[in-house]
Amino acid sequence: MHKGGFKLILKGRKISSGKAEGECLFSEQPISFFGGIDPDTGIIIEKGHPLEGVNIAGKILIFPHGKGSTVGSYTIYRLKKNKKAPAAMILKECETIVAIGAIISEIPCIDKIKIEKLNKITMLKVDADKAVVIF
Amino acid sequence: MKLSKEEKEYLEGKHGNAAKKAMEILVALGKIYSAKRLITVDSVQISGVSYHTIGDAGLELLEDLAKDGKIKVPLTTLNPAGIDIENWQCLGIDKNFAEKQQRILSAFKKIGVIVSCTCTPYLIGNIPKYGSHIAWSESSAVCFANSIIGARTNRESGLSSLASAITGKTPDYGLHIEKNRKPKYLVEVKANLTDITDFGALGKIIGEKIGGEIPLIRGISDADLDELKSLCASIATFGGTALFHIKDLTPEKVKAPKKKLYITSADIEKAKNSFFDTNEYDFIAIGCPHASITEIQQIASALDGKMVKKEFWVFCARPVKKISDLMGYTEVIEKAGARFACDTCMAVAPLKGRFNGMITNSAKACFYGRGSNNFKVRLATLEECIKVALN
Repeated sequence: MHKGGFKLILKGRKISSGKAEGECLFSEQPISFFGGIDPDTGIIIEKGHPLEGVNIAGKILIFPHGKGSTVGSYTIYRLKKNKKAPAAMILKECETIVAIGAIISEIPCIDKIKIEKLNKITMLKVDADKAVVIF
Repeated sequence: MKLSKEEKEYLEGKHGNAAKKAMEILVALGKIYSAKRLITVDSVQISGVSYHTIGDAGLELLEDLAKDGKIKVPLTTLNPAGIDIENWQCLGIDKNFAEKQQRILSAFKKIGVIVSCTCTPYLIGNIPKYGSHIAWSESSAVCFANSIIGARTNRESGLSSLASAITGKTPDYGLHIEKNRKPKYLVEVKANLTDITDFGALGKIIGEKIGGEIPLIRGISDADLDELKSLCASIATFGGTALFHIKDLTPEKVKAPKKKLYITSADIEKAKNSFFDTNEYDFIAIGCPHASITEIQQIASALDGKMVKKEFWVFCARPVKKISDLMGYTEVIEKAGARFACDTCMAVAPLKGRFNGMITNSAKACFYGRGSNNFKVRLATLEECIKVALN
């Protein structure tokens, strides 16, 4: 990150405020929080998901959009309570399940980001108040 | 999105933490759906009440919000819970489950929500005005409010409707806007619909054919409240439909669209037969959506002086049961060996594994019976359900 002091910035849309910095986890597939992630461990448990078995806890989670039951908002909240939530979420298009989950759990979240530009990135910064991703 | 001074104060936390989060939710939804502003709502119905569906996460969140959260919309009612509040022990509910459920209800009550615990708020006094903006969740009630009453609501989630109850606002998009309420399909019904199950079947067919689009239905000369309630539940379950119009029956006057589809008696029969998994039943379930007083009257008159041989549960709102008590229907029904389950329903109570074969007059109950509870199901008229119960 910040190669030669050079910073790339992507601007998106703020969904939930806050800042975070850290390791990224990129998912090219949508994520179902309810039934797709174990709220006690943060591990992706959806059968056949490309990231099945991977832990999202503490990561800056990058994915196209959420899917599945609206109960998913509560799952995100439960992850946060269990200290297994992602540090931030970056989406292509945020829908209501993830938006509400991020807000009630106070997880920084922005969308309208061309996430394909981030699939090789290992570390980044998110400033959701300014709706930017910096790497 | 333009926000008023007061709305901004909510975001800044001047009205407390719960109100701040509630406003953040509504503003985020407004952004996602490109709303230009927030509008005032005067009625709310909140889903996501059963401990079975929202779990510990939901319980903890509601208790957090109840610390300083207060409703701004006085007419805020609640969806069914996972238990009959007064009678959970008799219905075989686990003690831990009942305790967690009671905590959820206490949190809602502390926020000021009327703990009505019914999916038919319109049967117990939550009846919005024609054309008014409201924020309802519970898909069947959303469909009823939009279609039969002519109030305006999107299909809210449990938390977005709670956010509206706390702030009194909802983002102005979707079905709040007149031009989005026009039908896309003209559905010509060429069948004589005479029973609740016919309307359930019709809802399944339309829902599956047109998904979330709005239909104008033609060819239904008459339908009573219970039949309309069944149609709303079914069309919303199978299609995600939040609004339909019926020519000469529902209040909004709309022009017929060009895209047409026809539904015949054969289609209705086929749809009914699609809920025929078994001939063996150990559970008769009536009241999805919650039974009206007229349905309870019918059950009482059919069971009077007889004895059921299988588990027979009537699901209804507690105020409706109180009227039933007053009229002596409850006594007749309970003497016949059937039971009431108030405040809860077959879709959200922890009934998985309790029964094998369920017979019901509700297409929606068939869907959830299969999906959530692993029951084998059959859709049949109330008369047939009672015949099965007595033999």
